[in-house]
Amino acid sequence: MDFICNFPFFSIMISMFSGIVSAVLSRKAAKWLNLISIWVIWFLSAVLLYYIFGTGEIIVYKMGHFPAPWGNEIRAGLLEAGLALFFCSIMLLSMTGGRKKLMGEVVEEKHNLYYILVDLMLASLLALIYTNDLFTAYVFVEINTISACGLIMIRQNGRTIEAAVRYMIMSLLGSGLLLMGICMLYDITGHLLMSNIRDAVSSIYSAGTYPVPLTVTIILLTCGLAMKSALFPFHTWVADAYGYSTVSSAAILSSLVSKGYIILLIKIIYRVIGFEVYRASHIIDVVFVFGLAGMIMGSISAIRENDIRRMIAYSSVAQIGYIYMGIGLGTRYAMIASIFHILSHAATKSMLFIGAIGLTDVSKGSRHFEELTGSGYRHKIAGITFAVGSLSMVGIPLFSGFISKLLFAQAAVLNTRKMLPALIVLAISTILNAIYFMKTVIRIYTPTEEEGERITMKQEKVYALTCICFIALNIFIGMCSQPIVDWIGAGIDMFA
Amino acid sequence: MKKLTNKLLNWLNAEDTSVFDNAMELKMQEPKEEKEETVEQRMRDRLHIKDEVYSESETKEVKVLRIIYRTLAIILCAFIAYNLLIAVSWLPRTGEFDKPVNNEVSARYIEKGLQETGAVNIVTGMILDYRAFDTFGESNVLNIATITVLILLRRNKKKLPNEIEEKENDRLLEPKNDVILQKAATFLVPAIFLFGIYVILNGHLSPGGGFSGGAIIGAGLILYVSAFGFEKTEKFFTEKTQKVISLSALLFYCLAKSYSFFTGANELESHIPLGKAGAILSSGLILPLNICVGLVVAVTMYTFYCMFRKGEF
Amino acid sequence: MGPNLWANFGEAVSMILFCIGFANLLLHKNLIKKIIGLNIMDSSIYLFLALKGYIAGHTVPIVVDGVQSVDAYINPIPSGLVLTGIVVSVSVTALMLSLTIRLYRRYQTLDLDEISKRLKKEGL
Repeated sequence: MDFICNFPFFSIMISMFSGIVSAVLSRKAAKWLNLISIWVIWFLSAVLLYYIFGTGEIIVYKMGHFPAPWGNEIRAGLLEAGLALFFCSIMLLSMTGGRKKLMGEVVEEKHNLYYILVDLMLASLLALIYTNDLFTAYVFVEINTISACGLIMIRQNGRTIEAAVRYMIMSLLGSGLLLMGICMLYDITGHLLMSNIRDAVSSIYSAGTYPVPLTVTIILLTCGLAMKSALFPFHTWVADAYGYSTVSSAAILSSLVSKGYIILLIKIIYRVIGFEVYRASHIIDVVFVFGLAGMIMGSISAIRENDIRRMIAYSSVAQIGYIYMGIGLGTRYAMIASIFHILSHAATKSMLFIGAIGLTDVSKGSRHFEELTGSGYRHKIAGITFAVGSLSMVGIPLFSGFISKLLFAQAAVLNTRKMLPALIVLAISTILNAIYFMKTVIRIYTPTEEEGERITMKQEKVYALTCICFIALNIFIGMCSQPIVDWIGAGIDMFA
Repeated sequence: MKKLTNKLLNWLNAEDTSVFDNAMELKMQEPKEEKEETVEQRMRDRLHIKDEVYSESETKEVKVLRIIYRTLAIILCAFIAYNLLIAVSWLPRTGEFDKPVNNEVSARYIEKGLQETGAVNIVTGMILDYRAFDTFGESNVLNIATITVLILLRRNKKKLPNEIEEKENDRLLEPKNDVILQKAATFLVPAIFLFGIYVILNGHLSPGGGFSGGAIIGAGLILYVSAFGFEKTEKFFTEKTQKVISLSALLFYCLAKSYSFFTGANELESHIPLGKAGAILSSGLILPLNICVGLVVAVTMYTFYCMFRKGEF
Repeated sequence: MGPNLWANFGEAVSMILFCIGFANLLLHKNLIKKIIGLNIMDSSIYLFLALKGYIAGHTVPIVVDGVQSVDAYINPIPSGLVLTGIVVSVSVTALMLSLTIRLYRRYQTLDLDEISKRLKKEGL
């Protein structure tokens, strides 16, 4: 087998290695090691994606001398390699954009500990994407939880620590349910490897043995992962956690962490339980209803907010509702729409957070809307970034949000039973999104007489470069969407 | 007579007060002075009254809401318990041999485990050789938990302690020199360490392994520090020790396992000898990995104790 | 209610323990008692998993006298999984307790609702 097939394994090991070594390094060395390892993984994933496009085959890599199911195994297809590439780019842009704020908000000696958390977060995301074994997925979900908690509370004021406590309680509840689902699944099938479990589950389903435990297992797995990714009734921790932590943490948390769990859920639906069995149990309808509720309630909570970062956090809840609605529609096309929305939302949400921090910098550090009036003129690049992000969230053509809403609407039309509620709620939530995002954009571009401080592009070159890259990424996803949709479709066919 | 009438008229009009001089005791009134304490007491009473009137624990609506919340919580837990019991009742019977769980996976572990891994203890062979990636992830869970506890609780050495921190830092008042504890620790601690080392080294031959042995050694270290205080322990266990030990153990684990995964996936020959089954120096990489895991767990347990107790080593 | 409830007595107990832990989490206001509730929930899941490997009449999976047949030993897989799980549980408990220590040092109360109220009053 070619040397390139080792690349998924190298990606995971490089990030874990830099996480281990950074404990003894100084602040600067840890920062450079972090940056270099993310760039290296970016290149490895790009080469791997190109290679898999060329051969069209899945790479199956056994970890150790024993084949699966006796040993561990990781699997890389089109979708996995592309997702790894995308997550690396978002993490790079978030870290560069928030680096200056990091210097001010975190104590000097603890900087290298922050880079360890980011490295291990990247390692756990890669392992969740590539793994083919259910218990390995659980262990890396725990690493993800603990490093996300660390990212929230690195800033250490009262708000962040209370937010971290609430996040941990909700997340540990979700992990407990997930582990119980895995144990029950192991009991009725006897395997821990995802492909073997699917064969066993389809034989159980057709033979009709163990119907009740199978349903309960599906409920437990879905509930556990929904709790961890902030679906509607379990979303109370989001506002505090995203709103008060340091800005690169907020960008990474909102765009990558919840998406990692949703990707694991999609993997479980396709590779562990099988799409047909999942659709036949009516859990998918419940997921659909909660997705719709999340879309509306998230937007309503965002309208009532007076603080810009909490408003963006509540809009995250609404967008995750979109993704779960897509999963709940239950067709292949809807799943493609959901995965496209994962990419689009990850790119847009981090862009909004990075833009908002620029706006608060020129408004004497305050985040309330009264002081933010007119800040778009004082810090031009941050204003443009925030405006582009808002337009994309609302769904204006040219940006990526429009394509994802279009795909959702097309997928809803194809499914006759759920078409009407899906389309109506889609329309209502677009209007609600427009209310709070357009209100903010108008406010930051209202001229005021007060002279606040001004920041120009020359003063913050790195920040300006990050913003331009984000805008370029958003427009790229929005304009060249057809190749991306084809890639996702081919990836899903390889996924199963 | 006129004098008397004048006096009477003056008294009626109250103009001349000299009539009262030396006749009544009149003291000049001083401006009203309030002592500091009474002012403070009045402020405190005002706040106390405000708290009582607007208190949330006594108002009726809050009480009703709390009762509703508690009843709903209990009903929810009972409902979940009922559903889970129904699910459990349909699962295969515990203790039987003829279950889906006992399939070819566990059969190969039992039948060929000794030959393929060299470990007499099949469970150790499984977690450190067949499913080594899970154990690697788990060591990283310990590592990252240590990192977060260090972020939260480690005191900055360079920051000058201000008054509030001094008051909060009652951990500086350590108990000194308890005779019973010290005498008991003098002969218990070496025994505990010896037992812990035995459990780690024999992980692949008998029940035990890195995790249990590491926990035992950690407990021994905590007993030592409780009996003899931080002054004596600082002589051999400082922050540098913790960093060096955990870094080298995890690094060795990472590199050794990467070598093993790489050679396994690419079908190369791994040149690590399996040795004779039943001897201590056998089973390839399992013995060094057990030692690494044991060291990491021991250091982690001791670090947690020091951080919770004092904030520094 | 299915046929195996009495035979799966251990699993039933672990489910009841899970719900007791969950009720603990919801009903107590003290943060340390909530953490104890989370611990009870985790321990009940490990009890559930460990019972999966039990086979009546077989013994510990350590090879003695060269006997290596499937009829002599219990299933080793659940034991290995529980080992991993216990370490994870210890780590998250340590993390939650250190968060509690920080909160207590600053607000002198262990009640999470009280802390939220004070934070709202402080503004930020």
